[in-house]
Amino acid sequence: MEKNIPTIRQAMEAKGYSRRDFLLFCGLATAAAGLELSGLAQVVQAFETKARPPVVWLHFQECTCCSESFIRSTHPIVADIIFDTLSLDYTETLLAAAGAQAEKCRDDTIKNNQGKYILLVEGSIPLGNEGYCMIGGKSAEQILKEAAAGAAAVIAWGSCASTGCVQAASPNPTTATPIKKIINKPVINVPGCPPIAEVMTGIVTHILLFGKMPELDSQGRPKEFYSRRVHDTCYRRPYYDAGLFVEAWDDEAARKGYCLYKMGCKGPTTYNACSVTKWNGNLSYPIQSGHGCIGCSEAGFWDNGPFYQHLGAFPGFGIESTADTIGVTAAAVTAGGIALHALTSNLRKRKLIEKNKEESVVVAPISEETDKKEVVETEKGGDEDGKSSS
Amino acid sequence: MAAEIQTIPYRRVYVWELPVRIYHWLNALSIVVLIITGYLIGNPQAIFNANEAYQQYWFGWVRFLHFTFSYIILFNFVFRIYWGFVGNRYARWDRFVPHRWSQLRDLWETIKTDIIQTKVHGRSIIGHNMLAGVSYFVLFHIFLLQTITGFALYSSMSNSFFPRLFAWAVPLFGGDAWVRQWHHLFMWFFVVFTIVHVYLVFYHDYFEGKGTTSSIIGGWKFERDDDIKNR
Repeated sequence: MEKNIPTIRQAMEAKGYSRRDFLLFCGLATAAAGLELSGLAQVVQAFETKARPPVVWLHFQECTCCSESFIRSTHPIVADIIFDTLSLDYTETLLAAAGAQAEKCRDDTIKNNQGKYILLVEGSIPLGNEGYCMIGGKSAEQILKEAAAGAAAVIAWGSCASTGCVQAASPNPTTATPIKKIINKPVINVPGCPPIAEVMTGIVTHILLFGKMPELDSQGRPKEFYSRRVHDTCYRRPYYDAGLFVEAWDDEAARKGYCLYKMGCKGPTTYNACSVTKWNGNLSYPIQSGHGCIGCSEAGFWDNGPFYQHLGAFPGFGIESTADTIGVTAAAVTAGGIALHALTSNLRKRKLIEKNKEESVVVAPISEETDKKEVVETEKGGDEDGKSSS
Repeated sequence: MAAEIQTIPYRRVYVWELPVRIYHWLNALSIVVLIITGYLIGNPQAIFNANEAYQQYWFGWVRFLHFTFSYIILFNFVFRIYWGFVGNRYARWDRFVPHRWSQLRDLWETIKTDIIQTKVHGRSIIGHNMLAGVSYFVLFHIFLLQTITGFALYSSMSNSFFPRLFAWAVPLFGGDAWVRQWHHLFMWFFVVFTIVHVYLVFYHDYFEGKGTTSSIIGGWKFERDDDIKNR
């Protein structure tokens, strides 16, 4: 079987690409994987010798925006990775075959390339009822488990496959579950709704080049793209440090392009490459277009409070309740309790107060006649200048 | 008249040692600075909006203060834990951790005397009463949570190894957004605690007349001879 799989260069030449095109592709791939130019020779060598890996791309509960994003990768030649360079053996959306033929196509790829194919998964798995997402008589969970068993690498495309996204938002009626909770294999999570095309191609390129997974963080995301916050690389960050914020949509500050922090921008809590890679061919990204980040690559971002409010709502206290609502209420109740306590204490302990006052003494001013005698005399109820000495 | 004079002997008791007092005031300062700066970070005010960005860095300074005092309050507390093992009897760790039946009895006694006030005269307690001790013990745990959530948020923007020790908390809370939520909510615990704490100092000072307020400045409390003997 192995002999039948051409190398990436052979595959490209078969499609009519020249060596010049191939080298251009290698250069772009080097950049996409975040390598230095000095790594180009290794990239060329890898693509000349490595077998073109077959790819199975599965779709479950999702909207196909990940696929849409991927095919809009900046450089057509990089997008060609998936259509020409990789062997896209099965993907529901772009498949020519249908019905039993399509199923056979998938099963053959899995059977004939055990341990060699890359599994790309788009969408979450409904565990609530297997009928929710059933393809060819098999449940989503069953298809995923079968496909994942022999995969060389598993990539979860987008927030659906990584964290559940909108299907998993409260109350999660289908029990939509991210794939890492279903299969017992390391999964590369590539969250985002959708993920950035260049990030997707970068990750695929990394696997092609090195034959292994990129370095992942604690949430299974590739560190090269998800280690920094949108906020830290945002071009509006200087306005944040200067304390200049947009206070309302279309105010003067908004026209000046100040920081959108107070308009609920989720950049400070979102890990993604948007403000570096940007979108649509490095053209722009949400904040540059004047809208705050909604944090679409963060787990459970649909439930992280209103998009246009800095502080999220707290569950169980009503939709509009924030930590501040709860805190101010608690402080007000405390102040009321204190007032009540002070009042009742004075009433309840009035005898104690009387007794304390009786104990109080008044020290007479020292005069020549009295300075050798006891100078204290009692004064009931007097408490001014009372030194409680013996 | 002279026959009516009743002499009540008091003794001074050195309760709060100098390191405890320094800890207390450094802690108080840190809490106030952290609450103010923290609240501003969560809800920045448009105070210098007439200026251009190149003319100012005030929000950066607010954050700098917050981060600086987070280290101060943490290592101040680490010192306090140490002092809980080497300090005097009023500063010792077992004053905060209820682990004996007699402490639970003291706790109930304090509740009866000072909270529900079914008892007018309580037994005089030198140092913290047990209810205060338990409150501080709860406070320490909230402080621990505040430290974990705070440094977890800080970990992604710091190059230091120390905040990164807390990075594990981010996935545990379900992402930065939730860490920030909880960090903000715990802040209110400190606000409420401060209100109650200061009120109760005034309360005890007024009803007991033992110099509660000044004791955290000079270290001395004044106890009746009778109370000391009857303990």
